[in-house]
Amino acid sequence: MIPNVTMTSLKDKISAFSFKDILLPIFGILVFIALWQVGASRVHTSLGEFPGPVVVYEQWNGLVAEHQNERLKEEKFYVRQEERIAERQAQDPNYVGTLRDYTGKPTFFDQIFTSLYTVLAGFGLASLIAIPLGILIGLNRSVYSALNPVIQVFKPVSPLAWLPLVTMVVSASYVSDDPMFSKSFLTSMFTVTLCCMWPTLINTAVGVAAVEKDLLNVSKVLRLGWMTHVLKIVIPSAIPLMFTGLRLSLGIAWMVLIAAEMLAQNPGLGKFVWDEFQNGSSNSLGRIMVAVLMIGFIGYVLDRVMLTIQRFVSWDKTQVLR
Amino acid sequence: MATHLDISHISIEFPTPKGPFKALDNVSLKIEKGEFVSLIGHSGCGKSTVLNIVAGLYDATEGGILLDGREVKGPGPERAVVFQNHSLLPWLTAYQNVELAVKQVFRKTKTKKEMHDWIMHNLELVHMTHAADKRPDEISGGMKQRVGIARALAMEPSVLLMDEPFGALDALTRAHLQDSLMEIQKDLNNTVIMITHDVDEAVLLSDRIVMMTNGPAATIGEVLQVDLERPRERLALANDPKYIDYRKQVLTFLYEKQRKVEPIQAVTKSKKMATSAKVANA
Repeated sequence: MIPNVTMTSLKDKISAFSFKDILLPIFGILVFIALWQVGASRVHTSLGEFPGPVVVYEQWNGLVAEHQNERLKEEKFYVRQEERIAERQAQDPNYVGTLRDYTGKPTFFDQIFTSLYTVLAGFGLASLIAIPLGILIGLNRSVYSALNPVIQVFKPVSPLAWLPLVTMVVSASYVSDDPMFSKSFLTSMFTVTLCCMWPTLINTAVGVAAVEKDLLNVSKVLRLGWMTHVLKIVIPSAIPLMFTGLRLSLGIAWMVLIAAEMLAQNPGLGKFVWDEFQNGSSNSLGRIMVAVLMIGFIGYVLDRVMLTIQRFVSWDKTQVLR
Repeated sequence: MATHLDISHISIEFPTPKGPFKALDNVSLKIEKGEFVSLIGHSGCGKSTVLNIVAGLYDATEGGILLDGREVKGPGPERAVVFQNHSLLPWLTAYQNVELAVKQVFRKTKTKKEMHDWIMHNLELVHMTHAADKRPDEISGGMKQRVGIARALAMEPSVLLMDEPFGALDALTRAHLQDSLMEIQKDLNNTVIMITHDVDEAVLLSDRIVMMTNGPAATIGEVLQVDLERPRERLALANDPKYIDYRKQVLTFLYEKQRKVEPIQAVTKSKKMATSAKVANA
């Protein structure tokens, strides 16, 4: 009898789990797609009907095909070059050929990749500045009082306001004949850094300042040195809030990046959206919608990655993270 | 015997918005080496404040602390503290928590191997070797407090300060830990100051019980010498006339001489004041 009872209750649990965690989300997505289809057909623009799910799906296939096509062209391009060089060398053994880079235009997927490393560079730089500074501010009330007004003023500034300034500074100061990074990349990256560092900075500072008094007393009784105190007591106890900040920062970084790429013409998703908008063909709105969904999806994945890192790093395994 | 720890005429005032609040007034106490002294009193009477001053976490406004004839300033591992709520670092295992203290104190005098043995020895003392690799949230409240005691003992303190070490535990666990503490005390013969509000605990464990008057401006009311044979056995003592008499003396002090006769309103008010004093001090 008893095992039977537990079996049924286990079954109940599993079905309750799958209902809440799988069926309900699928239901939500289906309802959204239906509303989207109905709503989209009623919106007319100069470029035709607003793209519904079916059109967007077709455009997605188109973009995938374009990408594969482009890769094939690239491959052929290199094969052709090699053949030509080999031919010349057969006639003249002293001939040294040079392989030229393929200069085809970046596809949608190349642009996703560009956006990803730009955002990670900007976010990484922001974290490198914000975490140590946040720790310093959290530890020392005087530093906090001195820096707080500056932080509060810069925190709400829109990326579009920073962009012209960053562009001009990068143009003026990054002058090199053989640049390692393109200027558009640097401009986008620095704009992302400037806009996304604040949540990490503030949350780290708050986390550091909120270390339990008892633990501070332990540190005092042990006479821990400054470094040990920070490494063993302050940072671990600030980690939960630090990650809250990092996740907020990464979210902002990704949003800011799209805007920055549009204006800085960094060849990422922002530029893709802008180019399609300027292009204004009958496919444009559908392609932009593909980009919108892709931007959302990548933003979601980035947040999940941060969450996974947080779960791994955090000592408090009982903490509910979502 | 010579005085080991001399608490000499200490008073402390905390600034509050309504002016300074005098929590302690002229507290003096001489403690010998190897003596176990309990401080008992109603909550809010400043017994924890005395301990915090000895620990160096608070600075006395007047008077000072002499340890072996030398004045002590600021906290240090020679006055190790067992905190009421264990205060283990939640991100470290039991072993690592003790290790942090051992590394800090014996970094220069012990080799790695010696430090490891010393950590294990202290965990052994409190019977916690089996959970050495567990984190605080994986063990019970009593076990956490044991690790807290191991950490304090591992510092080899001249004075062990215990701030209501068993206050947050259930009665059975508490009795168990008291027995453990007596056992450890028999071997190590530490000098201990323990804060408690439990009369039985005070009589069972102490050589002397220091009874504090109610605050504000609390001070020492009476001191009771407990001359009971060691080792002490809680069951045998239950019917021991001397034990019963000691117990009665402490109870008489607490509930007749120093009875708290504040109405509820005033109690909350004075609590508020104590908290604001703490905040202001922090």
